Amino acid sequence: MIEYILQPWPWYFSGPLITLIMFLLLWSGGYFGVSSNLRSLCAIGGAGKKVPFFDFDWKEQIWNLVFILGTLIGGYIATNFLSNSEPLQLSQDTIADLADINIPFQGGLMPEALFNWENLLTLKGFTIIVVGGFMVGFGTRWAGGCTSGHAISGLSNLQLPSLIAVVGFFIGGLVMTHFIFPIFFNL
Amino acid sequence: MTKSEAISWYRIQEMFRFQSFHMYGIIGSTVVLGMIMIQLIKYKQLRSIAGKKIQFQPKEKGVKRYLLGGIIFGFGWVLTGSCPGPMFTLVGSGFSIILVSIACAILGTYTYGYYKDKLPH
Repeated sequence: MIEYILQPWPWYFSGPLITLIMFLLLWSGGYFGVSSNLRSLCAIGGAGKKVPFFDFDWKEQIWNLVFILGTLIGGYIATNFLSNSEPLQLSQDTIADLADINIPFQGGLMPEALFNWENLLTLKGFTIIVVGGFMVGFGTRWAGGCTSGHAISGLSNLQLPSLIAVVGFFIGGLVMTHFIFPIFFNL
Repeated sequence: MTKSEAISWYRIQEMFRFQSFHMYGIIGSTVVLGMIMIQLIKYKQLRSIAGKKIQFQPKEKGVKRYLLGGIIFGFGWVLTGSCPGPMFTLVGSGFSIILVSIACAILGTYTYGYYKDKLPH
């Protein structure tokens, strides 16, 4: 039993588990949509005084902030107590493709050579950490949701706008991966 | 999320290179089960713990905001290798540098709010 928990979970276990989480959130009167928290955090910071978009009662969103706090704690527990130290089973093709654009794979979750504090003020580090983060926050609010709100909640509820947003996610993701990455990481 | 490696930058690369079924399996099975679950909730008119009927807000109609916002999100998703949820999970997993990405995502959301009326929707 414990071996099954410690090894990486297959998609057919994880997927249904996410649906269960979505059900529990709906059942408790909420919904599954993480990016709303970014708007709440703006409101908590006092953005509502200057920009009407953030002038709402964020206290009604506390349950959602508690949820992301939970995902943070979950990440801590999963990494520190529920993991064996086996490397990630990444596809050989992906490893080869990434090696072509100078991104090493050493078995971890993230390319640590790119995502670290020393790298933050280099062109590559700044782009992936700062510009990337900004685009996630800007894009998700413009599109009215992220992977959880659109790809999972929205598609589950057969929403056409969510399908359009997911098509957008993929256009952006494919263009970045196949056209911009090869140029950018060979600079 | 951590245990299925869905928070991994590398898994997102693998997905956009169509070199593994893993991420499609996760998202696909979640959505198929989610569709069945939501239909059941609507059909049974299920109530939440607080006794209220569970209701779903339909998304506003439109194309531009979803497509353009979605594309920008897609760029950011591939660069950081994570969407908003996994960002918090990654911090818990020990990648403190992602706190910077979260701060920038909050700034991005603020910028959207600031220019909201000038953007096409």
